[in-house]
Amino acid sequence: MRKAANDIDRCVACGVCALQCPREAIDIYKGCYAVVDVAKCVGCGICEKACPAGSIRVTDDGVGR
Amino acid sequence: MASNKKKHWYDYLWIWSIVYFALGFFNILFAWLGMIDFILPLIFAIVGGNKWFCNHMCGRGQLFWVLGRNLKCSRKKQAPRWLSSKWFRYGFLAFFLTMFGTMVFQTYLVFSGAGSLKKAIKLFWTFKVPWHWAYNGSVFPDWVAQFGFGFYSLMLTSTLIGLIVMVLYKERTWCSFCPMGTMTQGICKLKNKSGKN
Repeated sequence: MRKAANDIDRCVACGVCALQCPREAIDIYKGCYAVVDVAKCVGCGICEKACPAGSIRVTDDGVGR
Repeated sequence: MASNKKKHWYDYLWIWSIVYFALGFFNILFAWLGMIDFILPLIFAIVGGNKWFCNHMCGRGQLFWVLGRNLKCSRKKQAPRWLSSKWFRYGFLAFFLTMFGTMVFQTYLVFSGAGSLKKAIKLFWTFKVPWHWAYNGSVFPDWVAQFGFGFYSLMLTSTLIGLIVMVLYKERTWCSFCPMGTMTQGICKLKNKSGKN
């Protein structure tokens, strides 16, 4: 299944992805980076379209690049 | 998008961004209110160890979203990668803090009497724009107004940069190199690291 995966080294923790996620599957972990709850994620890619840093991407199985 | 979510009062803080610039147009002393946007995120980061301000309350980010996404003023193209790289983000933060320091020093010069109040704002740290209508004296000493002009310049410049990158790239591209965002994320990372050890 396709899931969102976040490059935590690149993430700026702005929280746009979390705001846009229709499943509320994304949280900003302690102001450091976004964490995707893969159990909730349906791989819609709305977060990817919103992310200004290009750090969150929908990939196969939610594995980082 | 995500319109099924419950709206909160802080989802409308983009209006505050517009009101802020409107107030400063008529009276520069209102520029001081912008300190709220400087201090609140730092309090959230230092005390709470989070970026709740960026994530939910930033009127500037919301304004870029409203204009870029809702009013379709953005190309929605991915910005070049260097724009959100660490060296650029921290470099821009350093530049911004230096400029902030310069502005505080200019305020000090007026305070000490070595300089005089200049009723103008400076855009992009270069272009002087007359702004004399926004101040005709007050109960406060001149340095208070000088700081107002300086701070308003800083806020307007950063918003203009944000608007440019909003149009060219993704809606909230500004967030990826916003000095406040970089600073608060840095604080959160430090806090998180020290908490683990």
